[in-house]
Amino acid sequence: MTRSEIAPASLAGVVILALVTVAALAAPALAPYEAGTRFADHVHAPPTWPHVRHEGTFRAPFIYPWRLVDRLEQRYEQDRTRPVPLAWFDEGRLVRSADDSASPFLLLGADRDGRDVLGRLLRGARTSLALAFAATLGALLIGAFVGSVAGIAGRAVDDVLMRVAEFVIVLPTVYVVLVLRGALPLVLPPGVVFGLMAGIFSLAGWPFVARGVRGIISSEGAREYAVAARSLGAGRARLVLRHLLPACTGFLAVQATLLVPAFIVAEATLSYVGLGFSDPVASWGAMLREAADVTFADFPWTLAPAGAIFVVVLAFNLLVQAQPLAARGPAR
Amino acid sequence: MPAYLLRRAALAALFVLLVSSLALVLVSFAPGDYATDLVGGIGADPAQVAAARAREGLDRPLVEQYATWLGRVLRFDFGRSLLYRRPVAELVRQRAANTAILALAALALATALGVPLGVLSGSGGGGRSGRALIRGASVLFLSAPPLLMVLVLVFAAARTGWFPVGGMTTAGVDAGIAGAPDWTSWMRWTSDVAWHLPVPTLALALPMAAMIERLIAQSMAETIGAPFILSARARGVPRGRLVWRHALRVALRPVAAVYGLIIGTLLGGSFMVEIVTAWPGLGRLTYDALRGRDVFLVAGCAAAGALFLALGSLVSDAAQAWLEPGASEMTR
Repeated sequence: MTRSEIAPASLAGVVILALVTVAALAAPALAPYEAGTRFADHVHAPPTWPHVRHEGTFRAPFIYPWRLVDRLEQRYEQDRTRPVPLAWFDEGRLVRSADDSASPFLLLGADRDGRDVLGRLLRGARTSLALAFAATLGALLIGAFVGSVAGIAGRAVDDVLMRVAEFVIVLPTVYVVLVLRGALPLVLPPGVVFGLMAGIFSLAGWPFVARGVRGIISSEGAREYAVAARSLGAGRARLVLRHLLPACTGFLAVQATLLVPAFIVAEATLSYVGLGFSDPVASWGAMLREAADVTFADFPWTLAPAGAIFVVVLAFNLLVQAQPLAARGPAR
Repeated sequence: MPAYLLRRAALAALFVLLVSSLALVLVSFAPGDYATDLVGGIGADPAQVAAARAREGLDRPLVEQYATWLGRVLRFDFGRSLLYRRPVAELVRQRAANTAILALAALALATALGVPLGVLSGSGGGGRSGRALIRGASVLFLSAPPLLMVLVLVFAAARTGWFPVGGMTTAGVDAGIAGAPDWTSWMRWTSDVAWHLPVPTLALALPMAAMIERLIAQSMAETIGAPFILSARARGVPRGRLVWRHALRVALRPVAAVYGLIIGTLLGGSFMVEIVTAWPGLGRLTYDALRGRDVFLVAGCAAAGALFLALGSLVSDAAQAWLEPGASEMTR
C-alpha cells in the first residue's frame, strides 16, 4: 500500500465531504421550498426532471408538470403539452418553478405530505451532520479527559477507568444508545432531543478514544522530553495539556473520521425507531421513518436519505482507508 | 485449564448480571411506568393507576424492587413480562433462538465470503484488477450499514416479489409445529423460514463480509512479507499451501481476537434488520419492552444479549488458543 495508490481515494472523500458540507450550509438558498411547504396535489409525486427539448425544439431548461390521475392510488401523469420554465435566482433561491403553486419543481419527488424531498434532504443534512459533529466533539473531549487521567493517575484509577471503557466497548452501541434514550422522556422539543442525543452518543463513543489516548499518554510520558518537563517542575495538568496531549492529535483526528459516520448512522437508527427526531423536524433518520411508514416500494425517491447517508459514510471510509492501520484502533 | 475455565464462566455470569441490572435500573429511572401506560394517558383514574402499580410491585422503592428481582434471578427466575403476561425466560428464549438463526446464517455467509476474498486480495492473488475490485466492493459495502442495506433489499424484494418482505414465517405455518409436530410440518416450517431468511441475512452479512475481508486482507498483507514465509518459500513450499496453510494460520490471529466484537456488531445490526423486516427476534422484543416500560422484560433481553456476547468472547479465546498454542492462557 503506497501513498500514491491511496491519494485519489482519500481526495475523493475530501471532495465529497466538502460538497455535502457546502450543500448543508447553503440549504436555505439551494432548497427550492421551505421544509414544511406542502403541495396537496403532489402527495408522493415522482421527481420532475429538467428537460431542454420540447416538441423537437431546444429551449431553456423546463419541467413538465405532474397531473394527478388517481388521488387514491397516488398516480400521476406527465402533462407533455405544457412546459413550465424554471425560475433562476428568484427570491433568494437558486432555482424553482415559474409556476410554484400548481407545478412545483421537485427534483427528488415529494413525500407522503406532498413536501419537496430534496429540500428536506438538504435541511436534514444540517440536522444529521450537526448532531454527528457535536456528538463527536463530545466523545473526543470525554475520551481525551478520561484517557489522560487514566494515563497519568495511579494504577488503581487506571484499572477502574479502563475496565469501564472495555465494558462499554464490548456492548453493541445500538443497545447502549437505546437503553440510555429509553431512560428519558419520549416526547421532547427538538432542541432538547438534539442535546440529549449528542450527549448519549458521546457517552457511547468515548471509550474507544479513551483507550487510545491512555496508551499514547502513558508511553509518551516515559520519554525523555516528558521526564525533562517533569523534572523542570511541570505539574501533571501542564504536562498533559502542554506536552502529552499534542502527541494524541493524529490519533484523535482518525477517531473523529470513525465516529462521525457512526453517529450519522446512529441518528438514523434512533429516529427510524421513533426515539429521535420526528416529523416536523427534517433529519435523515426521521425522513427514512416517514418513508417506511408507507409502502415505499412504489415511491423509491423517498429513500433518498438512505443514499445521502451512504455517500457521506463512503466519503469517510475513503478517508479512513488511507490511514495507517495502527492509528485506527480496534475494528467496530 | 479447569481453573481458567471456571474463572471465565464466573466472569461471564458477572457480566450478564451487570448488564441486565444496569438495563433494569436505567429503564426504571424513566418517567412514567408500565402502569401509567397500561391504564391510559391523560385523564386516567389515579386510583386505577395506583392499583395496577401495586399489583406489579412497581410502587415500592427502586432498591427494594431491585433486591427482589436480583434474589429471583439468582434462582434463574426472571419474573413475568408485564406486557405479554408470560414468563420472561420463556419469551426471551424463543426470541433469542430466532435471532440466533438469523445471526448464525449471516455470520456463516459473511465468513464464507470475507475470508477467501480477504486471503486472495491480501496475498497478492487475483491479479491487479481483481484485487482492486475486491477492495472497492468492500469499501462500498462497509459504507452501507445493515440499516441501509435492509431498506434497499426490502425495496428490491417488494419490487420483484422474489422474496417475502417481512416476518420469519408465513401465517399459519407456525401453528403446524405447536404441540406435537410431525416430520412434514417440521419440514414445512424449515423451508418456510429458509424462504424468509435471504433478505435479512444478506442485509446483515454483506457489511460484515466486507469488514472481515478488510481485516483478513490487512493482516494477510502483513504476514506474507514475514521472514518465516520467505523461508518456507525458499524451502520450495508451493504457493497455494504457503498462503492457505502457513500464512493464513498467522493472519487469522488478529481476526480471532476481535471475534467477540464481531458478535456485538452482529447483535447491533440484527436489531435494525429485525425492526425493518419484522423478524421476531431479540431486537424487536427489546424495543417493544423499552417502549412498553416492561422493566423485567428489558432486563431479560439484556441478559440474553450479554450471554451472546460472553459466548462470543469465549469462542474468540478458543479460536486464539487453537491458532496460537502456547501463547494463550486457555492452554496452560
